[in-house]
Amino acid sequence: MTARAPVLSPSVTPLRAEFGAAITRHVVSCGDTIVHVDRERAHDVLAWLKDAPGQEFNYLTDITAVEYRDPERPLQVVWQLRSLGRKADLRVKVELDQAGPLEVRSVWDLWRGADWLEREVYDMFGIVFAGHPDLRRILMWETYAEGYPLRKNFPLRGHFSRSEQTRQALAANPEAHYSLEELSIAEAYQELPADMRARLARGERGFLK
Amino acid sequence: MSLRTVEMALATPGVDAEGRPLRVPLGAGDGDGPLPEPGAEPMLVNIGPQHPATHGVLRLVLELEGETVKRCIPHIGYLHSGFEKLGEYRQYNQIIPLTDRTDYLSPMANNVCLAMAAEKLMGIEVTERCRVLRVIACEMSRIISHLVWLGTTGIDLGAYTPFLWSFQERERVYNLQEMWTGARLTTSVTRVGGLMADVPDGFAAGLREFTRTFPKTLSEVDTMFTRNAIWIGRTQGVGALTAEEAINYSLSGPMLRASGVDYDVRKDRPYLDYETYDFDVPVGEHGDVYDRYRVRLEEMGQSNRILEQALDRLARLEGAPINVDDPRVILPPKALAMSDMESMIHHFKQVMEGIKPPAGEAYVGIENPKGELGYYFVSDGTAKPVRWRIRPPSFINLASLPRMCEGALLSDVIAINASVDIVMGEVDR
Repeated sequence: MTARAPVLSPSVTPLRAEFGAAITRHVVSCGDTIVHVDRERAHDVLAWLKDAPGQEFNYLTDITAVEYRDPERPLQVVWQLRSLGRKADLRVKVELDQAGPLEVRSVWDLWRGADWLEREVYDMFGIVFAGHPDLRRILMWETYAEGYPLRKNFPLRGHFSRSEQTRQALAANPEAHYSLEELSIAEAYQELPADMRARLARGERGFLK
Repeated sequence: MSLRTVEMALATPGVDAEGRPLRVPLGAGDGDGPLPEPGAEPMLVNIGPQHPATHGVLRLVLELEGETVKRCIPHIGYLHSGFEKLGEYRQYNQIIPLTDRTDYLSPMANNVCLAMAAEKLMGIEVTERCRVLRVIACEMSRIISHLVWLGTTGIDLGAYTPFLWSFQERERVYNLQEMWTGARLTTSVTRVGGLMADVPDGFAAGLREFTRTFPKTLSEVDTMFTRNAIWIGRTQGVGALTAEEAINYSLSGPMLRASGVDYDVRKDRPYLDYETYDFDVPVGEHGDVYDRYRVRLEEMGQSNRILEQALDRLARLEGAPINVDDPRVILPPKALAMSDMESMIHHFKQVMEGIKPPAGEAYVGIENPKGELGYYFVSDGTAKPVRWRIRPPSFINLASLPRMCEGALLSDVIAINASVDIVMGEVDR
């Protein structure tokens, strides 16, 4: 089993010294240290943790988000960091107010592993990672219209009734296998039937914004 | 011109009036102008989602220039089941059956990780016999998962025989799993604070026999593959990632170690007393498909060593309890629940209301066959988690596929994809 003692990570003191008020608070839960960071400075903090001597959290274990059952509580974006060399873990969190913009800066430029992880958080929670080069839905299909499945206001069976889901599935356009981006690579776009081109141009498949 | 040649000309457009075959330009339509240069314009090739070499419902869109891959765009989600959402509506022990179905090639290891995450949340230390049995569960899972990988990768690259050998060995482990849990695939072997059941009579002997004979199969596979010219030609230098890239892409498990990063959760963040077992962690050098094969093959041998040591400990701990003595999580004995009022109430409340960890959060990562499997629980003090996050090793490893396929040949894509060792149940969850 992992160490049980509630030991505070030694990274907290240098973090506070470096970033001051941007570190809003820190918590120890089940032996893991959680550092809450101001939304604006999150990218700076993560970049510093990655490269600063003595920290070297070079490995991004996971990115996820948490929404509590209490609708008053803010959404949290969670980064699980690890230093492979020092064998240390640190959890960094940013709180996003439900009323405000659900947006935080992407860490894709720091870790390529963030690519799909950020896409998944976007797909499931609707949190936008600014600066991500290809922020598309990943587990749900691109035209999925029911919202963000892991949000608490999303019912377990989905927003649409079963008959509506069936209707949409039957009405879906089976020709639109490729996204516009993929079709443009192949220069096949002009060879498509006119009605399909029109549908694609309307954004029926492909771009989200 | 005879009637016969006229009929022939009408019937077969590739024959001239004299009955001699015409030269038909390949691919060109009207015959006017020069033929297009082959490979001059990029081409899209779609593989999957129903394709045997994509190991499930993975779909790859490849942009080819000639036979070289310019870009690879994976599409996933065809098997998305919303396990994380379902977990928020279930009690902790009820989530265990869901974990069987994520990485269904190593269900027991997933069960162990889930129980450990819930135990970390509650601050429970499981008994020694339970830890030994969980190590056995994890290492059996590693062997069967790597055997599936070995067999299917062999088939992808044209080697059929090792598939039969590996699946025969895998069958023996499945028989043991069935003996222990009653199920071959959906094992649900752990419970928070212990195990569903102790191993039955004959299990230890059966596993001992397996560990005695399994290395022979491994050495046969080694003879067949390791110095095989075709195998080497298809795998060496293919899909290589450097150590820096492997870390940057958050790879884990054999994918990370094949690139030369010596990181194994069992050694570096030991759990279940792994620090007391004597085993080695194989580390590759080149980070290509061949090194991943070498790492996985050696890992099976090391798992076999761990199983032998665990069996010795199991014999020493004969009759020791498998469940913690903690009424918060463990049901009273059935005989007491049927005869003693307090025990019956305890049993009823435990089953109907579920166990209630204190508010807090815990992340537990263990070394699964595919890489680091992590379960992250956030609890608000009720019987159902606020958030159950799976850190899926297959998903994160697969995210490096576009990088590995850049500049590779089309046929290498199959080898590279196989070397990631994905299971779509876990990628899509």
